[in-house]
Amino acid sequence: MPTPVGPAPSPASRPAPSGGSGSSPWLRVAAIAVALLCVLPLVVVVAKALESGVGEALALVWRPRVGELLRNSVSLVVLTGVLSTVIGVGAAWLVERTALPGASFWRVAFVAPLAVPAFVNSFAWSALVPGLEGLAGAVIVTTLSYFPFVFLPVAALLRTVDPGLEEASRALGHGPWRTALRVGLTQVRPALLGGVLLVSLHLLAEYGALEMLRFPTFTTAILDQFEVAFDSRSGSVLATILIGLATTLLTLELLARGRTRHVRLGSGTARRAPRARLGRATPLALLGVLALTVLALGVPAWSIGTWLSRSDQAMEPTDLGPALWSTLGLGLVAALLTTIATLPAAWLVARSRSWVAVLLERVTYLAASLPGVVVALALITLTITYARPLYQTVFALVLAYVILFIPRAMVATRAAIAAVPPELGDAARALGDSPVRAFVRVQLPLMLRGTLAGSALVFIAVTTELTATLLLAPTGTRTLATAFWDASAALDYAAAAPYAAALVVLSAPLTYVLLRGNHEEPLT
Amino acid sequence: MRHRITALAAALAAATLGLAACGSGSLEASGDLDSSKLTIYSAQHKNLTEAWGQKFQNETGIKVQVRYGNDSSMGAQLVEEGASSPADVFLTENSPAMTTVQRAGLLAPVDPATVAQVEPQYVPSSKDWVGIAARSTVLVYNPSKISEAELPASLMDLADPKYAGKWGAAAGGADFQAIVSAALAQEGEQKTEAWLKALKSNAKVYQNNIATMKAVNAGQSAMGVIYHYYWYRDQSLDKASSGNTKLHYFKNEDPGAFVSLSGGGVLKSSKHAADAQKFLAFVTSKAGQDILRTTKVKEYAVGKGAQSDAALPPLASLEAPKIDPFTLNGPKVIELMTQAGLL
Repeated sequence: MPTPVGPAPSPASRPAPSGGSGSSPWLRVAAIAVALLCVLPLVVVVAKALESGVGEALALVWRPRVGELLRNSVSLVVLTGVLSTVIGVGAAWLVERTALPGASFWRVAFVAPLAVPAFVNSFAWSALVPGLEGLAGAVIVTTLSYFPFVFLPVAALLRTVDPGLEEASRALGHGPWRTALRVGLTQVRPALLGGVLLVSLHLLAEYGALEMLRFPTFTTAILDQFEVAFDSRSGSVLATILIGLATTLLTLELLARGRTRHVRLGSGTARRAPRARLGRATPLALLGVLALTVLALGVPAWSIGTWLSRSDQAMEPTDLGPALWSTLGLGLVAALLTTIATLPAAWLVARSRSWVAVLLERVTYLAASLPGVVVALALITLTITYARPLYQTVFALVLAYVILFIPRAMVATRAAIAAVPPELGDAARALGDSPVRAFVRVQLPLMLRGTLAGSALVFIAVTTELTATLLLAPTGTRTLATAFWDASAALDYAAAAPYAAALVVLSAPLTYVLLRGNHEEPLT
Repeated sequence: MRHRITALAAALAAATLGLAACGSGSLEASGDLDSSKLTIYSAQHKNLTEAWGQKFQNETGIKVQVRYGNDSSMGAQLVEEGASSPADVFLTENSPAMTTVQRAGLLAPVDPATVAQVEPQYVPSSKDWVGIAARSTVLVYNPSKISEAELPASLMDLADPKYAGKWGAAAGGADFQAIVSAALAQEGEQKTEAWLKALKSNAKVYQNNIATMKAVNAGQSAMGVIYHYYWYRDQSLDKASSGNTKLHYFKNEDPGAFVSLSGGGVLKSSKHAADAQKFLAFVTSKAGQDILRTTKVKEYAVGKGAQSDAALPPLASLEAPKIDPFTLNGPKVIELMTQAGLL
């Protein structure tokens, strides 16, 4: 799953006055190495696509199939993007700005769908509505899976934004609707755009949900290509187009974000906006949020629950144990390595904030917004051609996880480092500690807690990763996601249900982490 | 603090080891391969491969490990790995993947004694591999959606506009691609290409044979092109996925009556060549072929004098087209399917 480009620097990560420890050349070398690692997939995939000339590559691009995939991918992004915006913003407004009863309950209910991976959600829907498929099916399922990405940042903003501008607009004679559209929407625009970008990137990267709903996009087509032709040029050409689409989205978001700022200047505490009374519309609003909750949470819960109770009807017995252990093992190792990989760049940014440091940090965001299938394909090409002993090893799989999920750890690590006063390290050095010893004894313990939060996000992302795992897991290594996939591909719902339940249980803490943090950072 | 870090590191190491140790009880290799064991790359069904491997291991004492995959990607993987492949034996579901490996010059000739155990029509002209099982193409249909009289006489007739929107197939899978390769061998490139284009516009593409059969069973599609054994297996169980359906055999040496051959071959680069030949001899022997019946996989036996599952119509009665499995051209099929916009 991709993660968006850089978050706005939070107050906590403002550069501390530079201490001596920020300038070690080794640190810079390490940060550069990590950044290069993150760009590698991009280079490899494009190089492979152009292997036998631009002409051949173009011949693979200019064909009806690519047109069909492009049409599908774009219509999915547009439709789900619009629906997620309407639902996400609407729900956020109801929860944060109106007197809707039970607001704190709905706030949790509208973030909780993120604990159900989209491919599990599509399984739940297919089990309930067997005929659900194509564009309509894909839009319904992905909207219900991804609208929280819009809801969460918009709700957070609506909760905290000062109502002063809106009051000014009313005082100047604009009606409530006009004010909502001109002032409210402008104020939430950055959060909204960030959310929609996240939804779009997830849609480009989605494999499981769309394959199950028989809706081909670039990502599903790349996996089809891999099935028939393994590490092929046509697969890499499709992956290159996918890179182009992801980059286009990132650029569009950057352009749409614009340069206008809507911030409070001056001292004082922002007021909370008064909540609008819904009056006679209250039952209607309640019905709406209830319907949304039933569709987004009730359906997966009911579907998984029903099939779980029928798991004795499974065609293939469920073997939860080994899949669970290898999933947890991979999650732990990948979380640890990812966090370590973020340390150099996060340290440089938190301590010096030179443009080189910022660039090194941002590069990791860019690479990670590529779909998992691209990174996986690149690592297959790479290991087969240049590093054969690493091919079909857990190492290659963990490497993919590190590249894909670095930003999740980066944000937390950077904030954690920034919160440690550099003077403490200087003091330890002055008292005779070597730089390494000073780091291990003084700074590491202080930043451990914050860093662990980032590791937790990586861990959850790894445990539910499907696409890259399908391509890279050594034969015989089965994770919850791939075991679920095997069972659900055979439409063996009863065998798939226990894996689905385990995946949801493992992701459930995500809801808590997301609600707890005041998130201006990558949400997934 | 240091203790905590040590404890964390120990926990991680334990987790990683746990990763390597999982999957016991099955022959499936997890993580690194053990070079002392006979290594089988299997695209065949897991329960069948396991049954063969376990019995062989018990009878001969030769230790076996298996890597599972799919026909096409595993065939391509073997070609990529070339002479440095750790594989000793390759088992497929359909012949085109085996032919890919054979054409790359990676297969060793099969022992003549093993070849002699298999019905001659199930051995390719090259004798670089042998048939180990067979499956027949069938048309599964839902009588409430289409009557028997309306069914097409030939697989090629499905291209007729009157069947538009009424049939489905798992076009992305190796099973279906084997059927297309038979059509290509029999009907030629032009007709096959036109047929594939019709498939693109007329048919629903499903994820696999099971999904196709279930869609027909649920009435979402009137007909589906699948292999026979999915239907017979479900019929022998609770019929949950096939209870509303019937099978139609095209017969008459139609491309739709194509019997696809699952193959077994020994890699030239094998470091356990003698053991690998022994394994193939076992699989094609009476005892090996009986496993096709006892595991209830419902695939046809191809060994001389071997009995297939009693529920199946005799293989000889299917009037399959006579095609040398060695001539089936996998890459060409993929090229045609790419042109038709299916891939």
